[in-house]
Amino acid sequence: MWDLCTNALDTAKLRGATYGDVRGMHIRQRDLTTKNGQVGTLAQTESIGIGIRVLANGAWGFASTDRLTREGVAACAAQAVSIAKASALAKRGEVVMAPEESYIDSWQSPFRKDPFEIPLERQLALLLAADEEMRRVKGITLTETDMQFRKIDSWFASSSGSRIHQRKVISGCGIAATSFQGDEIQKRSYPNSFGGQYALQGYELIESLNLLKNAPIVAEEAAALHSASQCPEKIGTLILGGSQLGLQIHESVGHPIELDRVLGQEANFAGTSFLTLDQLNNLKYGSSIVNVVADARLDHGQGLGTFAYDDEGVPAQCTDIIKDGKFRGYLSNRETAHLIGLKRSSGTMRTESWNRLPIIRMTNVSLLPGTWDYDDLIADTSDGILMETNRSWSIDDRRYQFQFSTEIGWEIRGGKKVRMLKNPSYSGITTEFWNSCDAICKFDHWTLWGTPNCGKGQPMQTMGTGHGASPSRFRNVRIGTAFSNQ
Amino acid sequence: MKFAPKTRKASSKSAAKGAELLEERELRQMIATALHLAKSTGAEETEIHVDEVADTLTRFANNGIHQNVAEHGVTVSIRTVLDGRTARATTNRLDQDSLRAAIEASLSLAHSQPKDPLLLPMPGKQRYRRVNRFIKQTAALTAEDRARAVRRACDLAVKKGQVAAGIFASGQSQSAIGNSRGLFATYRETHAEFSITMQEEPAASWAKANSADVHAFDPQKLAERASEKAHLAVNARELAPGRFTVILEPAAVLDLVGFLFYDFAATALRDKRSCLNDRMGKQLFGNNITITDDAYHPLQQGASFDGEGLPRERVTLVDAGIPKNLVYSRASAKAAGKKPTGHGFALPNEYGEAPMNLVFGGGDSSLERMIASTDRGLLVTRLWYIREVDPYEKVMTGMTRDGLFLVENGRVTGAARNFRFNQSLIEMLKNVELLGPAVRATGEEAFEMVVPAMKVHEFHFSEATKF
Repeated sequence: MWDLCTNALDTAKLRGATYGDVRGMHIRQRDLTTKNGQVGTLAQTESIGIGIRVLANGAWGFASTDRLTREGVAACAAQAVSIAKASALAKRGEVVMAPEESYIDSWQSPFRKDPFEIPLERQLALLLAADEEMRRVKGITLTETDMQFRKIDSWFASSSGSRIHQRKVISGCGIAATSFQGDEIQKRSYPNSFGGQYALQGYELIESLNLLKNAPIVAEEAAALHSASQCPEKIGTLILGGSQLGLQIHESVGHPIELDRVLGQEANFAGTSFLTLDQLNNLKYGSSIVNVVADARLDHGQGLGTFAYDDEGVPAQCTDIIKDGKFRGYLSNRETAHLIGLKRSSGTMRTESWNRLPIIRMTNVSLLPGTWDYDDLIADTSDGILMETNRSWSIDDRRYQFQFSTEIGWEIRGGKKVRMLKNPSYSGITTEFWNSCDAICKFDHWTLWGTPNCGKGQPMQTMGTGHGASPSRFRNVRIGTAFSNQ
Repeated sequence: MKFAPKTRKASSKSAAKGAELLEERELRQMIATALHLAKSTGAEETEIHVDEVADTLTRFANNGIHQNVAEHGVTVSIRTVLDGRTARATTNRLDQDSLRAAIEASLSLAHSQPKDPLLLPMPGKQRYRRVNRFIKQTAALTAEDRARAVRRACDLAVKKGQVAAGIFASGQSQSAIGNSRGLFATYRETHAEFSITMQEEPAASWAKANSADVHAFDPQKLAERASEKAHLAVNARELAPGRFTVILEPAAVLDLVGFLFYDFAATALRDKRSCLNDRMGKQLFGNNITITDDAYHPLQQGASFDGEGLPRERVTLVDAGIPKNLVYSRASAKAAGKKPTGHGFALPNEYGEAPMNLVFGGGDSSLERMIASTDRGLLVTRLWYIREVDPYEKVMTGMTRDGLFLVENGRVTGAARNFRFNQSLIEMLKNVELLGPAVRATGEEAFEMVVPAMKVHEFHFSEATKF
C-alpha cells in the first residue's frame, strides 16, 4: 500500500498539486442479527481502496478508487488534481493550513480477543440465547439482537513526509424487546438503544455486557410499560441515565462545537451553530460543575473517537470544550485552526472510508465525572423523573432547541424511585439546560458510550463517536411535551 | 482474471470527468465467473450482486467551492446456500482469488448457523419491464460544468448581499444480479442533484432538485428562488406555538410521509411494529389520500427488480384513505399466503421488504391557491431532524427550517421563527384540505418520492426556537 500511496503523491505533484495526502483503507466488517429466535442478517464485508486529496491552484480536489494498480492510482491522482483546478474556478480564497510535523508511525488499538477469531457459532449462540430469554416473557411480540465487528487498517501518507499506519478493532452489541398491546408499542433495549454499546475493543466488550442476565429484565420492563402511568407534563427536576446523557452531549455540545458548522460549511445540510466565534471564552455554556473535553487519546478510554492520529495526520489530543461552565474550545482541523487563533489543528479530521473526504468530526466528547454517588443523588431528589435509554432525538439546525424521549422513566419522590412512567420526554434550549445541571455522578458510574451512527457531510458519511457520561441531574426542565396534544 | 473497470487515462483535461461504467457483457462475465467458482466450491445455490458507482459532488459554502470529490467503485456480493442455510459475503476485490475467498466466507458463515426451514429456493429466470433512466448528458457532466454553475449561483448571492452554500452532484451507477438458477437482471441510471441554501442573516432559505436528467432543473432558478425566500425570511416574528393550518411544500410533505414507508411491509405487520396493525381495510386517512408504490412512474428512479431479482409490481397501498395492500418479499408472501410483489431486500435480512417508489396522488391546487384560501396559517418550506416519537400513532417530531412564513387573509405577510412540531401522521393525513400536483420531491430525511404540496389543518407546533 505504501508504494501506491507514494505513486499517488508523485503523480499529484507532477500534475501541479502543491500539497497532497492519501488514505489507503482496508475495512473488514461482520454483521450478525437475530429476530424472534431466527438468524436475521449474517454477512461479512470487506472494502479496500485509496482516497487522494490534493491542493492545486489554491483549491481542493479529492478522488478515490478501488483500482489498486499503479495505473489506477495514477489516474485517480490525476483526477483529483483536475478536480482541484475546477474548484479554483469558484474558489473564495487561498487555503491556509496550520503547520504540522510529519510522522512515521504504526499503531494498533488494544484488544484482548480478536472478534474475527471467535467462532461464529459461539457468537450466534449467545445472540440466540439472549433472544430466547426475552421471548420467554409474556407480552413480548418482537425480539431483536445484533452484533457488529469491524477491523480497519489505514495507511496515511502526505507530501510533507508522514507515513502512518493504524489498525482499529471495533465491537458492538445490543438486544431489544418490543411489546404491542392495544394501541401502543413499547420497547426496551440493552445496554443502549439503536444497536447497543459500541467501543474500540475486541470481543471482551461483548463478554462484559452480561446479555443473558439483562435480557429478561428489559423484556419484563417492555411488557410492564403498558400498564405504567403516562409521564406527566410539567416543569421539574430531571435525572438522565448515562447513555441518554451521552446522546444529549452529542447533540447539544458535540455538534455545535464543530468549526466547519460554525464557519458555514455545513449550512446546506447538517446546519450551522449558535456557537459563533465571539462566544469562545465568553459564553457561560453550563453551570460551574460542567466540564466537557474532546479527547481522542487512549488515556480517555477505548471509545469510538479514540485513535493515535486523525485522518489529516495530526496526533490525538485532548481539548477543553467547557471548563467550569465556560465555553473554551472548538473541534478544528489544519485549515480552520488559524481562524480561532490556534497554531495547530485540534486533530479531529476523520473519514468513514477510503472513498470519503475527511471532515471535522467529534472524537470522544465527554462530560467529566462529578462527585455524587448515584444512590445519594436519588436520595437527594425530593421530586423528579429519571429517564433512561433514548427513544427519539431531535434538535434544530443551529443546535438551540432540542427534544428527546426515552424508553422508560421513573418517578422519584422523597428520595426514592416510586413508580415506572411510560412515554417520558423532555425538551429545552441548550445553554439553559446545561446551566441547570446541579449534580453529576462520580467516575464509578461513568461510561464511555459509543454512538456508531452519526451522519454528516455530503456525500453522507457515518462515523462513530464516543461520549463519556455519568447520571446527572437538571433542574426546571420542561418535561412531557412530546406526548402533549395541546 | 481481473475485471478492471475502464478508467480514463490520466489526462489532466478530461480527468475531471467521471469513469465509464462496465459494459453489460463484462457484468455477465463477472457473474458467470463467480457462479462457476461457487459451484466448484460446493455451494448448492448462489446469487451474485454486482454494484458499480461513479459519483461526483461539488460542495460550496461562503460563496465558494470548498470540497469537490469523485468516487468510483465496484462491489461483488455473494450469497450462497448450503444445506438449508444461507449467508452473504461482499468484497470489492475482483480477482479470482478474492472472489473465491468471498465465496468461502459466505459458505463458512452459512455453515455456522442452524438450518432455516423457511428458506426458499432461489427464483429462476424472470421477465422485466424496461425503464430508461440513464441520460448521457448527465453522465457527461464535468467538474468544470459544475463549478461554472456554482460560480453563477455564488455570484447571485454576492450581488444580493447573501451567502450561498450547497452541492451540485452528478453520477452514474448500475446493479446486476444473477443466480445459479439462471436469473439475470441489470439496471443503470444517472443522477443529478442541486441543492442551495441562501443565507441573509439572521435568515436562510433553501431549494433543491434531483433527477436522472441534469437538464430537468435549472440550478440558477433554484438559486434565485432560495435567494428571494431568504430575503423574505428576514425579520421573522415570534409566534406562540399551537395548532395551525399549514401549507407544506412538497419537500416538507416528503420528509414527513417518508417515515410511513416501512409500515407497508408485510414483515413489519407480522412483527407487530407497523402503525397499520389492526388498521388494514379501515378508513385511516382522509378519502383524498391515495398512495401507490410504482417503480415505473416517470418521475421515479431505481431498478425494476428487487433484492432477489423479482420484478417490482405496482401496488396500491392506500385507496381513498383506506390501507388496502402491503408489499411482500418471497418469504413474507409465502408466510401470508400471498404473491410476492417484488419489494424484497437482498437476503439474508430481518426486515423483509419495503415500498421504495412511493407515489402520492395529487390534486390541482397550486401553492398560490392554497395561500389565497387561508385566513391564518403557516407556509412551510422544509422540515428538519424528524424522528419518530410514537410508532403506533405515528407521532413525529422535528423542526421547521429555512423559511417559515405567516399567511394572513390569503397572502404571505411575513416570516415566523422556527417551530418544533409533534404531529401524528395519521391525524395529519385525515386533515388534508387541498392537494397540489404530485411532483418528484427531494429533501434530507427521506428518499425521493412523488408527492404533492398539502394544505393541512390543526398541525401541532409545540415549541419555538430562538431564530
